[in-house]
Amino acid sequence: MSTVEKVAAPKPRKPWAATPIDRSKTAGIILAAALVSFAVVAITPMKGKLAYAAIFFTAYIIIDFVVSYQKAGRPAAVDSLFRGLVTTAIAIAVTPIVSILVTVWVRGHKGLHWTLFTKDMHSNSFTDPVGQGGLLHAIIGTFLLVIVAMVISVPIGILTALYLTEIRGRFTRPIEFLVQAMSGVPSIVAGLFIYAAILIPFTKTVNGIQGSLALAILMIPTVARTSQEVLKLIPSDLREAGVALGGTQFRSVALVVVPAARSGLITAMILGVARVAGETAPILLLTGGSGTKNYNVFSGSLGSLPNYVWQAFSAGTPESITRAWAGILVLLIIVVILFTAARVLGNRKVGKK
Amino acid sequence: MEATTSKGSLSEIAAARQQKQPGSNALGVGLEARGVHAWFGEKHALANVSLDFWPGTVTALIGPSGCGKSTFLRTLNRMHEFIPTAAMAGEVLLNGEDIYAAGVDVTKIRLKVGMVFQKPNPFPSMTIAENVLAGLKLAQLKIENKDDLLEECLERAGLWAEVKDRLNTHGGALSGGQQQRLCIARALAVRPQVLLMDEPCSALDPGSTLRIEETISQLSSSVTIVIVTHNMQQAARVSDYTAFFLSDGGPGQMIEVGSTNDIFSRPKDERTENYVTGRFG
Amino acid sequence: MTSTMTQMPAAVPEKREITTKPRLTDRIFRGVVTSGGLSSLVILGLILIFLLFNGYNTLKTQGIHFLTSSNWQAVTNDAGKFDPKASHFGIAAMLIGTMVVALIAVVVGVPISVGAAIYLTFYAPDFIKKVMVSAIDLMAAFPSVLFGLWGFFVLESSGEYWAKLLNKYFSWIPIFKLPAPYVTRSPFIAGLVLAVMIIPIVTSISREIFSQTPLDRMQAAYALGGTRFAMLRAVAFPYARSGIVGGVMLGLGRAMGETVAVYTVLNIVYQVNWHILFSAGGNVASMILLKFGEASPDEIKALMAAGLVLFILTLIVNSLANVIVSRTGKSGR
Repeated sequence: MSTVEKVAAPKPRKPWAATPIDRSKTAGIILAAALVSFAVVAITPMKGKLAYAAIFFTAYIIIDFVVSYQKAGRPAAVDSLFRGLVTTAIAIAVTPIVSILVTVWVRGHKGLHWTLFTKDMHSNSFTDPVGQGGLLHAIIGTFLLVIVAMVISVPIGILTALYLTEIRGRFTRPIEFLVQAMSGVPSIVAGLFIYAAILIPFTKTVNGIQGSLALAILMIPTVARTSQEVLKLIPSDLREAGVALGGTQFRSVALVVVPAARSGLITAMILGVARVAGETAPILLLTGGSGTKNYNVFSGSLGSLPNYVWQAFSAGTPESITRAWAGILVLLIIVVILFTAARVLGNRKVGKK
Repeated sequence: MEATTSKGSLSEIAAARQQKQPGSNALGVGLEARGVHAWFGEKHALANVSLDFWPGTVTALIGPSGCGKSTFLRTLNRMHEFIPTAAMAGEVLLNGEDIYAAGVDVTKIRLKVGMVFQKPNPFPSMTIAENVLAGLKLAQLKIENKDDLLEECLERAGLWAEVKDRLNTHGGALSGGQQQRLCIARALAVRPQVLLMDEPCSALDPGSTLRIEETISQLSSSVTIVIVTHNMQQAARVSDYTAFFLSDGGPGQMIEVGSTNDIFSRPKDERTENYVTGRFG
Repeated sequence: MTSTMTQMPAAVPEKREITTKPRLTDRIFRGVVTSGGLSSLVILGLILIFLLFNGYNTLKTQGIHFLTSSNWQAVTNDAGKFDPKASHFGIAAMLIGTMVVALIAVVVGVPISVGAAIYLTFYAPDFIKKVMVSAIDLMAAFPSVLFGLWGFFVLESSGEYWAKLLNKYFSWIPIFKLPAPYVTRSPFIAGLVLAVMIIPIVTSISREIFSQTPLDRMQAAYALGGTRFAMLRAVAFPYARSGIVGGVMLGLGRAMGETVAVYTVLNIVYQVNWHILFSAGGNVASMILLKFGEASPDEIKALMAAGLVLFILTLIVNSLANVIVSRTGKSGR
């Protein structure tokens, strides 16, 4: 009988991980690139933050290339070059997000005040000083528009998703294709359609529900697609268990599958709402932009946040522009809240990447 | 505690080595593992494996599933580290130098220690010729005579006759066995010193398996081969040395190593005996 | 004792048909769900029908000139009635403008998006990846009027600077010439804003595609001694190529249909303008918005015709894109 020596287990290491020496080399390259960018900006007529950034990244990439070449030859140098390029790409991709968020806050918070949420604009004009009037009507309007749009689009979207995942009949490929096609419909086209189908022949004036219909068209694809993804993740054992117990497909879906997917379906709804809450073009065509609170979605012009922003911007004075930014700030906060809610809900049930 | 158990008796190894001298073209031991451990996060998957791989030999790693054979194989060409939670300890010496030392260029290591995988994976966007020479292109190595190298590698992999007329077609029409031989040719094109094979025949039919085993035997004179296999008969057919791995719920360990003949006919450890006689696994 | 094999029956029996007659509940259920599912067909069909119905007369009167001329003029005769024969409606300038602005968006936005997607899939450490993916997905939810305002107030100044720079050094290339020194609110800047707007879509799709690169081929490339870039070139790029093309086209479709952002940022002038740095341009969507406010009912019909053209155009681009994207991963090439 032979035994293998029992040795006390050594500590696990990661010899391939970046060592302090590697890190300081990288820091050195970054520093060198920064110096180069300052030097070039000082010498040449290039100016501005963008110039600094552009030169910094270019210098970093070049220096990194040369250093890698010395160390390990051409393949490593090319690898470093590519790495530098994609890192630059992500930096460029993320910069507008930061810039937008910062801009909205900086320019918009000046226009924030309590009356924003308690007053409407019926007795003020957009060019009035910022403390007067408010966007209560706009919030109510957006809220109503979105609710009605949800009532229309969520059932259709979820039914579409159910067809694609549960029934999977012979229309599956065409319907998938059509849902994708619908997601590419420009918002103005949706507005024109409702204008032609409802406004011209029937109502002949602006009202809220027309706008909701256009928004619903834009919402359906988002709701349908997200719901489909969520329903696909429900393991088929659940469905089979429901049917094996003697239930109809209807019961299996309604009582087993849908509840299991509940949080995901809510996520789909929320994402759909976030998508259309800020749509401007159809509203301009169909809903008008009254400054007065209007609770009636079926008649009369309805204010809305995007419309408020639009009118404020069009007025053109510094006060009105501040109002516009404040309106956008409120809209953005709503969108961010919705988005975060969707994320949190989405991560609870299924692990999404 | 006998030092012989974890490395096989020295006399046997010396004797076996003497049998294999013709054709070996490296001085001393080519690849040595010293006290290799491997972790995946908290889980200790492999403990204290020390093994030498002599030039010109074929070593088989056998044992039941999940006992760390493939993990060990991947520590030999530094593929283990691709898993984000991976960690290791110990050393792997290639021609006397630790491949895990600081400042080592890992791509150069992999040129010397090649790998063939369980599922054949030729590159579908490349022709057969491009596949074989892919390693050179990836490492940006200049080669004088591409056609000669192409023919040589395909010949050594036992595929030349079958594809010499369609080198510029895509590899999609090849059978599983042919694809695997293509992968072997591809691995050979960068002239590795050691070739690691991770259950190369388990996805293939018996006919292809035999062809590849012939290839392995022929290759062993110029390339050191380490092959992980579930198939004990294959190990017995193809290898000069065999190492038996086992995990008793803890980390996988190498229980015994020796010449293939000895392991299968006169195993020293009871667990080895149980495995090779089919009592478990 | 050996058992004798039973004789095979002389003929293979016929297959039994298994029918399930669905219960009433299920028939209703399937009916309801199927109608819901077909709604997208119905809606798209209705859009086509109504736009066609309203725009038909205009198209009939104008004929091919609708697409080829750049004249937009509603003429009323002396009695104040709309004179269809004398009126000219041609959207060529806006069609070209749509393509110009969308192309700039794609040329600028796609390399950034694809590069970002590659970084996120193959290079990013876990934490950074999560943060950036969330940020980019959040940007997809920003309202377009926000991009319009941001483009107008923030991007204009840097955009102006770079436009002047481009003009200074590259005006030997025709599109960078300036017929007159006005560079604000140009197609170039509109294109940049649209580029930012399509980044989330293209990055997201590209990321999904790259993340499905077959792991075994990636490992094979590394095992051959390749660096990460070498692996990408040998495995990831060939695999993802067609899918990325599809993603790009989806971005193109989005850029072509954008209304409000373009309206805000671009100085809409009803004339073909190839000089992208020069302050004049437009696209079909923003033109419709612009003219809608003061249009007479007849002019509105002409705008419907324009909407129809836009609808069909974006439908074609998006459909092509989706066909291409869904084909990746099937052949793996």
